[in-house]
Order: sequence, then structure tokens, then C-alpha cells
Amino acid sequence: MKNFSIATRQKQNVSILDIKGELDAHTASHLENALKSLIDEERYSIVVNCSGLDYIASAGLGVFMAYIEDVRSLGGDIKLTNMNDRVYNVFDLLGFPTLYDILEEEEEALQSFKN
Amino acid sequence: MAGTKNIQSLSVEASTKHLAEVRDFVAAHAEQIGLDQKDVSEIRLAVDEAYTNIIKHAYNNNASMKVNIEIGSDGDQLWISLMDEGDSFDPSTYHEPDLMQRIKEKKRGGMGVYLIRKLMDQVQYNRKGKTNEIRMVKNL
Repeated sequence: MKNFSIATRQKQNVSILDIKGELDAHTASHLENALKSLIDEERYSIVVNCSGLDYIASAGLGVFMAYIEDVRSLGGDIKLTNMNDRVYNVFDLLGFPTLYDILEEEEEALQSFKN
Repeated sequence: MAGTKNIQSLSVEASTKHLAEVRDFVAAHAEQIGLDQKDVSEIRLAVDEAYTNIIKHAYNNNASMKVNIEIGSDGDQLWISLMDEGDSFDPSTYHEPDLMQRIKEKKRGGMGVYLIRKLMDQVQYNRKGKTNEIRMVKNL
């Protein structure tokens, strides 16, 4: 995918997805596959680092909506970090900050999984 | 339209693979007339949501169908129209999404129209003959 990429790393017991580029109805399936893989591998403590994310449409937000309940019911969470202001604004318009843990820095998310 | 100038148009197949091209097309026009980055971002997102809705709902992912996009501006307004010949959209059936309810039901769609209405100053749906038009206006 030319304008979207995703990479997975592991820190302590937390899986981190680094997403870069533009997340829309065309590229959302890549994020979905990456989340599915983590869940299949029983990795439920997930951080999505959005530092390289330039753009998100509602199709991208829909992926987070589809998996959050499953992950939380299995004792984990999907925490979002390092968003730029434009990307945060889209999450904010749809009311995500009250239902999702959206943090400034990846380290804060790693710490909150320890608690 | 009296006083309207600087109209550009684009015709694309109804496929998500053209989303970036459609966003860049409207952003180029918006930047050309001097909109700030916040407004340009909002217009990119609004047209993305409208085009995605046409692909999914008007044409049911039939990529052989066409979507015509026009963008124009005068001194007071920037407007974008997307036209298709698929299933019509009834705006009266639209409701503001309840995020928590949708998460519980694992529903992921239905947010595009809400976003468009938040991002743009006016949104109109018209059906003329076989053609559906969504017309979105941003006041300058």
C-alpha cells in the first residue's frame, strides 16, 4: 500500500503497532489484519502509535470500534498514542476520547498497562 | 451560477483505490484559493466520507460505476458536488451515531454523514432523474 504502512513491535508484554500514512476505507483492512493477528496470538495489550499517521477517515476509526469490546472482554485494551492535532480532531468529533484511552506518549500507555 | 468562477471537475470509478486521488484533487483546489490547513483538512475528510458512502451504499462496491466530482468557489463560498447514478440516499433516515451503542453492537459505519455535517457549513442531497447529488458548502 503506497500511502499506508504498519509495523508491529513488542515491548515488555505490550504489542505496539506503528501506523504511518493515510488510513481510509482503502487502507483500513491492513490495520484490521494486524489487529486480528495480535488477537489470534492472544496479545491483548495493544498500543497503536499514531506518530506517523497523517490522516484518518471514519473507516479507520471503524476498525478500532470493531475490536475494542473483544479486546477489553479478554482483559486487554487498545490504547492510542502520539496523534497529531488533525488526527486527534477526527477522533474528538466522534466522541472517542470518552471511550478510548488516547495518550500523548507511547511510554504513558506502556506504564498504564503495568498498573 | 452568477459570480461563480474557478470550477474544476473530476470523473473517477467508484473504488476506494481512488480515495487519495479524490482527496488530493479537492485539497489542491482549496489550497489554490488560499484556505488554511484546518479548512483544507476538513474538506479532504468531508469529500472522502461522501465518496466512500457512494462506493459502499449507492454502488455497493461496483467499481465499474462512475462518480463525478465538481469543486468550485467564489468569494463567499467553496462548494463540492459528488454525483452518482446509484441507489439514492434518504437523509431523513440518518441519525447522530451513538458511539458506545455502536461499539457494543460491533457496528463500524454510519459516521460519515455525521462527520460531513460537522465539517461543512451546508449539506444538501438532490435527486434529478437518475442522478444523486450531494452538495457540500464551506463558507469562506
